[in-house]
Amino acid sequence: MPGGDKETDLSERIEAFLAELKRCGSGTGSLRGSAETARETTALLRRITAQARWSSAGELMEIIRKEGRRMTAAQPSETTVGNMVRRVLKIIREEYARSRGSSEETDQQESLHKLLTSGGSSEDNFRQHFAHLKANVIEAINELLTELEGTTDNISMQALEHIHSNEVIMTIGCSRTVEAFLKDAARKRKFHVIVAECAPFCQGHEIATSLSKEDIETTVIPDAAIFAVMSRVNKVIIGTQTVLANGGLRAVNGTHTLALAAKHHSTPLVVCAPMFKLSPQFPNEEDTFHKFVSPHEVLPFSEGEILSKVNAHCPVFDYVPPELITLFISNIGGNAPSYIYRLMSELYHPEDHEQ
Amino acid sequence: MADSDGKQADCINHATDDKIHEVARSKNEGKELTKEEKQRLRKEKKQQKKNKKDEKGPPEKEKEKPAAPAPSKPVTQSPSHKAAPVTVNASVPEPPAAAEKSAKTKAEMKAERRARQDLERASKQGKKEGGQTSSSKPKASPSELQPVVKRLPEHIQVDDPAALKKLAKKLERQQVPLRSDYGYKVSLFSHLHQYSRKAPPTQQISIPATVIHPSIVRLGLQYSQGIIAGSNARSVALLHAFKQVIQDYSTPPNEELSRDLVNKLSPYISFLSQCRPLSASMGNAIKYIKKEISNIPSQCKEEEAKQKLQLCIDNYINEKITLASQAISKCAIEKISNGDVILVYGCSSLVNHILCEAFEKQRKFRVIVVDSRPRLEGREALRRLVKRGIQCTYVLISALSYILPEVSKVFLGAHALLANGYVMSRVGTSQIALVAKAYNVPVLVCCETYKFCERVQTDSFVSNELDDPDDLIVTRNGKTHLKDWQTVKSLGLLNLVYDVTPPDFVDLVITDLGMIPCTSVPVVLRVKNVDQ
Repeated sequence: MPGGDKETDLSERIEAFLAELKRCGSGTGSLRGSAETARETTALLRRITAQARWSSAGELMEIIRKEGRRMTAAQPSETTVGNMVRRVLKIIREEYARSRGSSEETDQQESLHKLLTSGGSSEDNFRQHFAHLKANVIEAINELLTELEGTTDNISMQALEHIHSNEVIMTIGCSRTVEAFLKDAARKRKFHVIVAECAPFCQGHEIATSLSKEDIETTVIPDAAIFAVMSRVNKVIIGTQTVLANGGLRAVNGTHTLALAAKHHSTPLVVCAPMFKLSPQFPNEEDTFHKFVSPHEVLPFSEGEILSKVNAHCPVFDYVPPELITLFISNIGGNAPSYIYRLMSELYHPEDHEQ
Repeated sequence: MADSDGKQADCINHATDDKIHEVARSKNEGKELTKEEKQRLRKEKKQQKKNKKDEKGPPEKEKEKPAAPAPSKPVTQSPSHKAAPVTVNASVPEPPAAAEKSAKTKAEMKAERRARQDLERASKQGKKEGGQTSSSKPKASPSELQPVVKRLPEHIQVDDPAALKKLAKKLERQQVPLRSDYGYKVSLFSHLHQYSRKAPPTQQISIPATVIHPSIVRLGLQYSQGIIAGSNARSVALLHAFKQVIQDYSTPPNEELSRDLVNKLSPYISFLSQCRPLSASMGNAIKYIKKEISNIPSQCKEEEAKQKLQLCIDNYINEKITLASQAISKCAIEKISNGDVILVYGCSSLVNHILCEAFEKQRKFRVIVVDSRPRLEGREALRRLVKRGIQCTYVLISALSYILPEVSKVFLGAHALLANGYVMSRVGTSQIALVAKAYNVPVLVCCETYKFCERVQTDSFVSNELDDPDDLIVTRNGKTHLKDWQTVKSLGLLNLVYDVTPPDFVDLVITDLGMIPCTSVPVVLRVKNVDQ
């Protein structure tokens, strides 16, 4: 049966994707950028929408939720996967609402009034079958994909608004968004970049060589010198792994120190993050927030006899509280950290927040 | 220390001013030989300044003025003092009659200042010539604010071609090889040297070295390769090498030990500073030795003098380093309570000593060692602590925000304590203090008093040390991104060695004189000067 083939084909792809997620996450740093992960997740979700068997929006949402849970379980720290799943769920809800013809101005947020007036729960509303729902949803997902492809360019286009000439800019680790941002600005302006290599993975070296090839004056400093050189820095521009719901960041380790040093010298801290990195999680889940990799990055096995008596830690991420951040630059423009909660309500439906 | 600094400066002032006293100066000439060029430069500068001053306001009043205020001050040596107005007169190059008699107040102030300078100069000279009678005078003069003319250390003037030429000439005269800079220097640091570890200056010395003692050559090599690191270790090694030098020294005929030995030491010190810039502790030790040598009376026999010097050096090491660390440990152990989690950074011999002593005294605590690339000195500290049986955790400095919520106290070592309260220490210390402050964890700095120095500094740029930039290169997963960094012209690597921590991040400084706040450093310096 052709349906059976499609299904096996689909599950194969999902399995392959899960395996890849697991593998790249346990490696050192991210072997693939978040943008690629987001794109692949969305493509996979589109395929699921196209090929899986479902008759109503509710069933589709169930399928997607199930797959989404499996994907996030494979790599909990890769939050873009969960974000994309939530986006698609919101798309489905919107398309369903549009097909039903109900108005879209109804506020998504929970409110006492809404609880009173909307008698039945919205659950069984999704049982209705609409013929064009599939096509609409797939179209919307395609739009989402185009948006994803354009995020880096959108952010880089804003570069000239934020960088003036003869500035000294500091960055840490290796973020493709920041790299594109700085390269775009370098076409018209001359400035210096100081890169803090990020021990133990030293991603900073990569971005430094890449920037210096574009004739940008780059300097590589070890992490220990961050505070020492901060007094000469005009701006700090960083990328991040995730933007949390309270406006804080989950970024590569060493970023908190950088943020504190910038605050001490009153240097603005600018975060370049595309919208797909915005995640409805909060930082208080202590056990799921941190991710560790093998301590042999920190204390190699060649150190022999002391290894057994010593605890070595190698966390990958840092939490940066929103008070230390000055500005978020995303593909929809610049925002203050206090506005993040609002953006979240536009992107995700509150019922999808806990996955 | 300020005393000897001021003494040097005043000697120079005295010498530059004075052509009549050349004869008297020649007695001390032996000491000042190496600074002749600097003196000449200073002489010319003073001449120019005086020319300008004479054009502006009349210092002709100083002829009478020094005589007037001078007797009002308690003076013990009248003959040398009477010489002072003579010197002042001789020093005024152009006839003051040419200048107008206007601006009396300016002239008066200038004259008074000059009189004070003459007085101090005279008292210092009298102390050298006489000895005991001027014991009251030096106690009084440090209490006045001396206008100390500081000369800029050479190692922060790399971007000045005139200074470089002077240095090259001086080294040539001393037959010390000049070390060339390596690699692209970041523009913010073009005023500092940057050497490569692969090209030590010892390669340029022929064997056997006639000018430089072999133990000094060995020491220089150990410094430049990083075999001896850490300010205490470097100072102790330096003093031991000097003991060896003194042992092997023999006074040439018609020379006095007190002057000739100091002359012999100068090329060694230049060589060592070419290998690696001197630390503040080494500078203080050298000043002490020079003072001891010059205080040796001329009638002392050579063997006796040498033994005395060796004893002095041993006493210095014992007092300032060994006993001081024991005193500091005793104070610091009171601050360690049971159940503490203590954070240390890098490898400080003093902090390690404190922790080992505390562990011997049965305090229950555990230690977190924070380390940073590229030196990775923390591993050495880790080894030493684990050997004693202390429970340790090890992280890199980028994981600091993760580990700090567990920490109850931070113990840091220092390379030097500056006179404005800033702590100069290994790069990364200021970061640790910053983050600890953000988490409200107390920061304690442990430092012996011989590391206090009078420099002031507010940022880590003006005076620092640049290490070999190739140390930053690392190979991961078979890829070395920075391998050809020299070929890319806009890429620079910066390997700083020191940074300064502002005093508001530091809660307490534990010294052998007790526990003091960071801002009391100039008080300690003053007390030390009066003692000397």
